[in-house]
Amino acid sequence: MPADAGQRARFADREGFLAWAFLLPTIVYLTALVLAPFGLTVAFAFSRSTSEAPSYRFGGLRAFREIFGDHVFWRSLLDTLALTGVAIAAVVILGTVVANVLLADFRFRRTVRALVLLPWTTPVALSAISWRWLLGSPGSPVDRLLLHGDSPLARTPSAAVAVAAVQVWRLTPLAAVIVMAGLTSIPRGVWDAALLDGAGFWRRLLGVTIPLTLPVTAVAALVTAAVTFADMGVVRVLTGGGPRDSTQVLPVLAYLRGVEGGDIGTGAATALFLFPLFVAGVFVVLRVMRRGS
Amino acid sequence: MRRRDETGAAAKAVEARRLVKVYEGRRDRQVRALDGVDLTSGQGEYLVLLGPSGCGKTTLLRTIAGLEQPTEGEVYIGGRLVNGLPPRVRQVAMVLQSYALYPHKTVRNNIEFPLKAENVPRHLRERKVRWAADLLDIADLLGHRPRQLSGGERQRVALARALVREPAVFLLDEPLSGLDAKLRAATRDELKRFQRQVGTATIYVTHDQEEAMGLGDRVAVLDAGRLRQVGTPRDIYDEPADTFVATFVGSPPMNLVQRGDRLVGFRPEHLLPAENVAYDSRVTMPLRIERMEYLSGDRHVYGSVTRIGQETRVIARLPATVITPLTVGETHEFAVPTDRLRFFDAEYGTRTAPVRIGG
Repeated sequence: MPADAGQRARFADREGFLAWAFLLPTIVYLTALVLAPFGLTVAFAFSRSTSEAPSYRFGGLRAFREIFGDHVFWRSLLDTLALTGVAIAAVVILGTVVANVLLADFRFRRTVRALVLLPWTTPVALSAISWRWLLGSPGSPVDRLLLHGDSPLARTPSAAVAVAAVQVWRLTPLAAVIVMAGLTSIPRGVWDAALLDGAGFWRRLLGVTIPLTLPVTAVAALVTAAVTFADMGVVRVLTGGGPRDSTQVLPVLAYLRGVEGGDIGTGAATALFLFPLFVAGVFVVLRVMRRGS
Repeated sequence: MRRRDETGAAAKAVEARRLVKVYEGRRDRQVRALDGVDLTSGQGEYLVLLGPSGCGKTTLLRTIAGLEQPTEGEVYIGGRLVNGLPPRVRQVAMVLQSYALYPHKTVRNNIEFPLKAENVPRHLRERKVRWAADLLDIADLLGHRPRQLSGGERQRVALARALVREPAVFLLDEPLSGLDAKLRAATRDELKRFQRQVGTATIYVTHDQEEAMGLGDRVAVLDAGRLRQVGTPRDIYDEPADTFVATFVGSPPMNLVQRGDRLVGFRPEHLLPAENVAYDSRVTMPLRIERMEYLSGDRHVYGSVTRIGQETRVIARLPATVITPLTVGETHEFAVPTDRLRFFDAEYGTRTAPVRIGG
């Protein structure tokens, strides 16, 4: 007996079709906003294009030869790596501490949890401007504390410290929330068991808590790395790369060379340079996560 | 390891004195999880804490272990006051209901962990892990991770982890509840044999009366944070201290019939057709049969009795050897030997002296 019209598979029952229908927006979005710009960057990195002569002319490795000969580039590369390394270490440690504090039982815990997240919710540029005022303006609280000395942003080691500190300040809440999720997923009984087994604080931390939260901590580290070394807002607003290029990082340098300096090829090559390193980093983190779960 | 009779059965392994534990709930509401518990467990003794869920038995165990601090009262382990001391120094080993194995560690590392915490040298650690693994028959699982194990295997690993420290007391929190019925019976048997072998004082929490009566040297019945009765399984069953114990222990529970200001109690297996009760001293009562069940050879007869007190629904359990024909709807004369009757205060439920019942 043939199936009645009302019992035929309907539009919403065709899973093969639906899968593509639902995926399409993502594919369009990724192509337009991620794949295309990335391809364009690669193309420009091997070009002679400038803002005066934007038509595409293949230039081989010209842009790379140029940036390798530029001591500011090497300086920025080291700064970027150092900044990212310091940010990862500090954010992971502080984030873990804050996560444990937020999980503890105390009055106004909910309020504190909401407040801690604030730095993350503020736009980068906005919070960087506040920090520039705090650290670099005559009459600001920090300035008064230093008895009207030089602004910390105008001197060499302190400017770099300030950049790192603002990145850490901004990313710690996010890491804390991620680690907190990892901590709450550990069954309560495992902590009881560790107490009963006679483990002291350090053994519980190193032998139980850290291994069990390692996968989520790796995610927190990865996000910190990605956000820190792709970010140009903090450095651009806070120090502009100065004094004397001592806090220059690659994204800002790429912007200065490619957009403000007009040498699109060099800018693109600078921006592209870290990509292989980043892919390697992601690969390592994914391996850690897979082993942990 | 400690032997059962070396220190004498009278020595105390654990003593709880007037333990009170109050939990602060929301909006200043308080929950008295423990309401003045006095309990002593002897060396080598298997003591079972029995009670319905929420009666405070797990809280009592956690308080003894040091995972919870009592609001009032004292805990002594091996004669030493341990209030305020962390579990680490209490010489207790506890198997949690969830087993709580470390998911990232192998079985070997799980068992070894408490030894590492005590800084036991490596060669000794290896020997002890081997010994515990052999005892519990998990030697071939040492390289596995917990998620690769079955429930029964996990339970044994948890037990091995508790065992290697050679604790003064074992605390077991419903260790069989995660197992299926068949495995449960087998493991219960093993647990008992294992405890006899190592001879360590054990406090075992369960809500399952069969487990309690089967395993315990003594059983402590708890309800609403209070200790109702402590005694041998036989005492608990035959001489219940109050109506809670009388009806909580025993399946089907003890029948209670109100007679004036007393409750008359008798076990279903003692209520038999009168012709089967050949005692001189017996109490008879007419039973109107409403329903019958045939369970593992026994007949369970549901009905209501009169004459000895208010008309009350009761259950009689007739063993296979009683062949009296009975039919639903008829009223038959049943009887209970007089020495099997128990009497309770109708208002407070506490045990009272026997009263004479004619007939």
